[in-house]
Amino acid sequence: MGENPLENPQKYSDYVDKKSPNSPILKNCFNAFWVGGLICSIGQIIFDFCKYKGMERQASNTVVAIILIGIAAFLTGLNLFNRIGKFAGAGSLVPITGFANSIVSPAIEYKSEGYVMGVGGKMFTVAGPVLVYGISASVIIGILATLFA
Amino acid sequence: MDFLQSIDWMQLLRCFIVGGAICIVGQILIDKTKLTPARILVVFVTAGAILGGLGIYKYIIDFAGCGATVPLTGFGANLAKGAIDAVKESGLLGAFIGGVKAASGGIAAAVFFGYLASLISKPKIKKQ
Repeated sequence: MGENPLENPQKYSDYVDKKSPNSPILKNCFNAFWVGGLICSIGQIIFDFCKYKGMERQASNTVVAIILIGIAAFLTGLNLFNRIGKFAGAGSLVPITGFANSIVSPAIEYKSEGYVMGVGGKMFTVAGPVLVYGISASVIIGILATLFA
Repeated sequence: MDFLQSIDWMQLLRCFIVGGAICIVGQILIDKTKLTPARILVVFVTAGAILGGLGIYKYIIDFAGCGATVPLTGFGANLAKGAIDAVKESGLLGAFIGGVKAASGGIAAAVFFGYLASLISKPKIKKQ
């Protein structure tokens, strides 16, 4: 028997590092790169199509977001998105698809708690903080813009 | 097809590379720090809002198109841009209505499709 790894936090942390498998960071980055790039490229093609149909830039961007969010939500519902996520890591998390996934995953998980507090409430366990910080930042920036305009 | 001919392939390549590069930043944060995915999403949205507020992010969008707007930094930048544009139009009120207005399509889609997808899906029963 060696030393007890639970003796102090530092030892415990070293112990966990030693026991947990080294994540192959280069491979992870490569997968994140091409899956993330691919998702953005799908967005770009949708964007180009909207422009081709004569839509404005801002509206086209919104259509891209809506379609990608819709696809990601249903892939999560069908339990396919988690597999992509395991493979791609940040490649599927960082694009807007990750935002959609973060809404659907907990909603499904807590479905047994009912449709109001389970699905309706837990949907925002991750998306809530994103909206809190994103919207608060936009309000602060708006106020600063009023002051310095 | 006319549409296929209208695609700018260099633009698509720039989109792929920049979008992928932003995801690499996220992957390095996941692997090298102990940030949870939720915190990474918050960091990206906030960083995007700050870059958007400083007027830097629009150059990345001009260069990379959806490579910059599809990652969550683009969502943040869009919130900031909406707030700034609305302030120009209606003053301080714009600070409160502009951001969410600009992002409203994405937020509503996320809530609606998210709810719909949760309805059709059955929770996995974990095997012990």
